[in-house]
Amino acid sequence: MTMSAGYGDTQQHDGPGSFWTRYVWSQDHKVIAIQYSLTAIFVGLVALVLSALMRLQLGFPGQFSFIDSTHYLQFVTMHGMIMVVYLLTALLLGGFGNYLIPLMVGARDMVFPFLNMLSYWTYLLSVLVLLASFFVPGGPTGAGWTLYPPQAILPGTPGSEAGILLMLISLAIFIVAFTMGGLNYVCTVLQARTRGMTLMRMPLTVWGIFVATILGLLAFPALLVSAVMMFLDKTVGTSFFMPVIISLGEQLDYGGGSPILFQHLFWFFGHPEVYIVALPAFGIVSDILATHARKNIFGYRMMVWAIVAIGGLSFVVWAHHMYVSGMNPYFGFFFATTTLIIAVPTALKVYNWVLTLWQGNIHLTVPMLFAIGFIFTFVHGGLTGLFLGNVVVDLPLSDTYFVVGHFHMVMGVSPVMVLFAAIYHWFPKVSGKLLHDGLGKLHFWGTFIGTYLVFLPMHYLGFLGVPRRYYAMAGTDFIPASAQSLNSSITVAALVVALMQLLFIANLIISLRWGKAASANPWHATTLEWQTPQTPPAHGNFGPQLPTVYRWAYDYSVPGARDDFIPQHLPDSAVAVDDAQAYAKAGK
Amino acid sequence: MSGQSDSAAEAKGWHSVVDDWAADQRTFRVSWGKLMMWIFLLGDTFIFSIFLLSYMTVRLSATDAWPNASQVFELVVFGQTVPLFLIAIMTFILITSSGTMAIAVSFAYRKQKQLAVYLMLATAVLGASFVAMQAFEWSKLIADGVRPWVNPMGAAQFGAAFFMITGFHGLHVSAGVIYLLIVARKLARGDYDQRGYEIVEISGLYWHFVDLVWVFIFAFFYLW
Ligand code: HEM
Ligand SMILES: [Cu+2]
Repeated sequence: MTMSAGYGDTQQHDGPGSFWTRYVWSQDHKVIAIQYSLTAIFVGLVALVLSALMRLQLGFPGQFSFIDSTHYLQFVTMHGMIMVVYLLTALLLGGFGNYLIPLMVGARDMVFPFLNMLSYWTYLLSVLVLLASFFVPGGPTGAGWTLYPPQAILPGTPGSEAGILLMLISLAIFIVAFTMGGLNYVCTVLQARTRGMTLMRMPLTVWGIFVATILGLLAFPALLVSAVMMFLDKTVGTSFFMPVIISLGEQLDYGGGSPILFQHLFWFFGHPEVYIVALPAFGIVSDILATHARKNIFGYRMMVWAIVAIGGLSFVVWAHHMYVSGMNPYFGFFFATTTLIIAVPTALKVYNWVLTLWQGNIHLTVPMLFAIGFIFTFVHGGLTGLFLGNVVVDLPLSDTYFVVGHFHMVMGVSPVMVLFAAIYHWFPKVSGKLLHDGLGKLHFWGTFIGTYLVFLPMHYLGFLGVPRRYYAMAGTDFIPASAQSLNSSITVAALVVALMQLLFIANLIISLRWGKAASANPWHATTLEWQTPQTPPAHGNFGPQLPTVYRWAYDYSVPGARDDFIPQHLPDSAVAVDDAQAYAKAGK
Repeated sequence: MSGQSDSAAEAKGWHSVVDDWAADQRTFRVSWGKLMMWIFLLGDTFIFSIFLLSYMTVRLSATDAWPNASQVFELVVFGQTVPLFLIAIMTFILITSSGTMAIAVSFAYRKQKQLAVYLMLATAVLGASFVAMQAFEWSKLIADGVRPWVNPMGAAQFGAAFFMITGFHGLHVSAGVIYLLIVARKLARGDYDQRGYEIVEISGLYWHFVDLVWVFIFAFFYLW
């Protein structure tokens, strides 16, 4: 297909002039990425503060009069929803997706820059609506991040006046924002790659983000539809999700709806959502491990297929969240089976990461530390997931702290580890400055050890039978008093972890202002974003001529080559002749 | 590994299929805009499928009897009650509009701009009349006492699902009418003379999709 060659080579965007068009109403994917990231990190900090408040109550019950049971439920809900949707999804896709896709596939920008800009502003609106719920009468919703009806919209649940409505509206707006961004990411990956950048030469980061975006485009509709229906149940009094209810001796005006339908719809979104967060993290961590171990990723094709397989399977496992919901028991059998099947490609990926490290030339840089930390936390979270995937094991553990420990390890801590790895890895490209190394290492060890101290004991609390989403455990006989000491120590660890994140923010600011200038390619990486003529990359990314790609993204430590890495845009002729022969021999 | 994708001769069987498909700068031989519309419509398909699945679920969970569609939607014409009369006309109109749209696309590719504009306008008029008849039907149901939360003829979920899903579809049609009018105006003004008239086809994709969705809504609401 010669017709597509030369695409965009001459179409260098004009660098727009004024401050406003350059940094605020910008259509440049890099600026939009930074806007997305800063907003997501900001709400993430709100969610972090909420978790600290919850931990204060759990560790030292009743000592803080401003945290009552109503507030506790509201904190749980907002913390969970913000972390999953407004922080992780937005930061991984809106932030890293936006920044890295065009740079890594060799495009000048996303295919629809205006839509991309709109996506950010719509996202910002959804965040504002969400935060507004803290200031309405009754406060934000306390229904739990799963928002199960009927309780979510009935009096008695905190925020059932206005909070729940703002939550639903905010989610709907978020979905619109995500769709505008997501269409861009998918089309850019499929149609706007530079010459030589075949799909099977794309870095795994792009693969992860690409498949995650497709999952998002197909999973968010379920959330949107259930939000619409719950909104109608609440506002005009339909009964989609509402059965006959007797409340305080009075029959409510509802009847004939199906609460379990909501659970199915929610988890049809909710489970793929786990992978919307996990797949970009998988991709990013693969690239970081390869770069900092100076070795090609083990089993690239297998990694790609695993990402695609996990993406597909993630649509047929949702009801493993519903073993105790009262659904048909045969469903439990089916969904336990699919859940265990999805563990196979997931485990494959873990083996491949470990084998990538095997005999590598491991540089324990800060991004590498976080990436290796991820392997640990992900294996732990994944193993407990195997337990919970089995119906009989799940029944007694459901809704206990075992579940809280499990999902924090697997989809809380693990993606966050990768996010940190990614920020430390790409910060020099984004800002032109190096992050402070010592502060970074302190941040890593504090976070890594701290999160273990927080979340490992939770599994034990779960075995004891401590239920999740409880404000306090007054006089419960089957739970020994020592559980409270454990809770206090968890809280102390959680506060330390929270402080570590302030250290991280400080590191960002200090390094931005006073940090050492970064070279164009400080990690000696092969991928295209490190080969831009300017650092940070200028508008249009690649100067007058788009790069041509000659090789995959993992030519590290090729025997006989001059350097221990060969950038993707170097042709064999640019690698010395004998090198090229050695390379061809080694290239399987 | 990179050697593998470098020379097609080395790749065998399944691998070579993948390599071929993954090989170029573009995966599909369509423009950016068209691909985006396709992917958007895929997501929208999920939205409507989930709406319809939810409708089926609440229809099964509802405790009151489900009203008989051909009685609810009958119309008195010249003293005769005809079941599904209005709906038949509405469906006919919408399918006709798909026809006019298809002809518009064909004229656009033959560079007969003026004819394409007229046919797009005709499509928009047909779409608008569909929405008007839908509004008439809503008013009739409302006059019969059907509301989203109550239904004198049986299960309340009937009205709830009906208003929600036809409303959501009606919004799609209305948005489509506006979209067609905007594109037609720009087409007439010559905005696309340089770039080519593919936009007509892209808006046509959306329009056909909305029509296709209607066929499903029609089948599930009126014939079941
Ligand atoms: C220092 C870090 C964190 C701490 C100390 C923390 C603490 C907590 C606590 C105490 C709860 C409430 C448990 C209960 O009462 O049932 C909770 C719930 C939750 N957290 Fe975290 N968390 C942290 C990070 C994260 C992250 C990064 C995520 C991202 C996925 C996350 C997602 C959730 C979710 C989804 C819930 C469930 C909310 C619900 O039950 O509705 N958390 N967390
Ligand atoms: Cu799941």
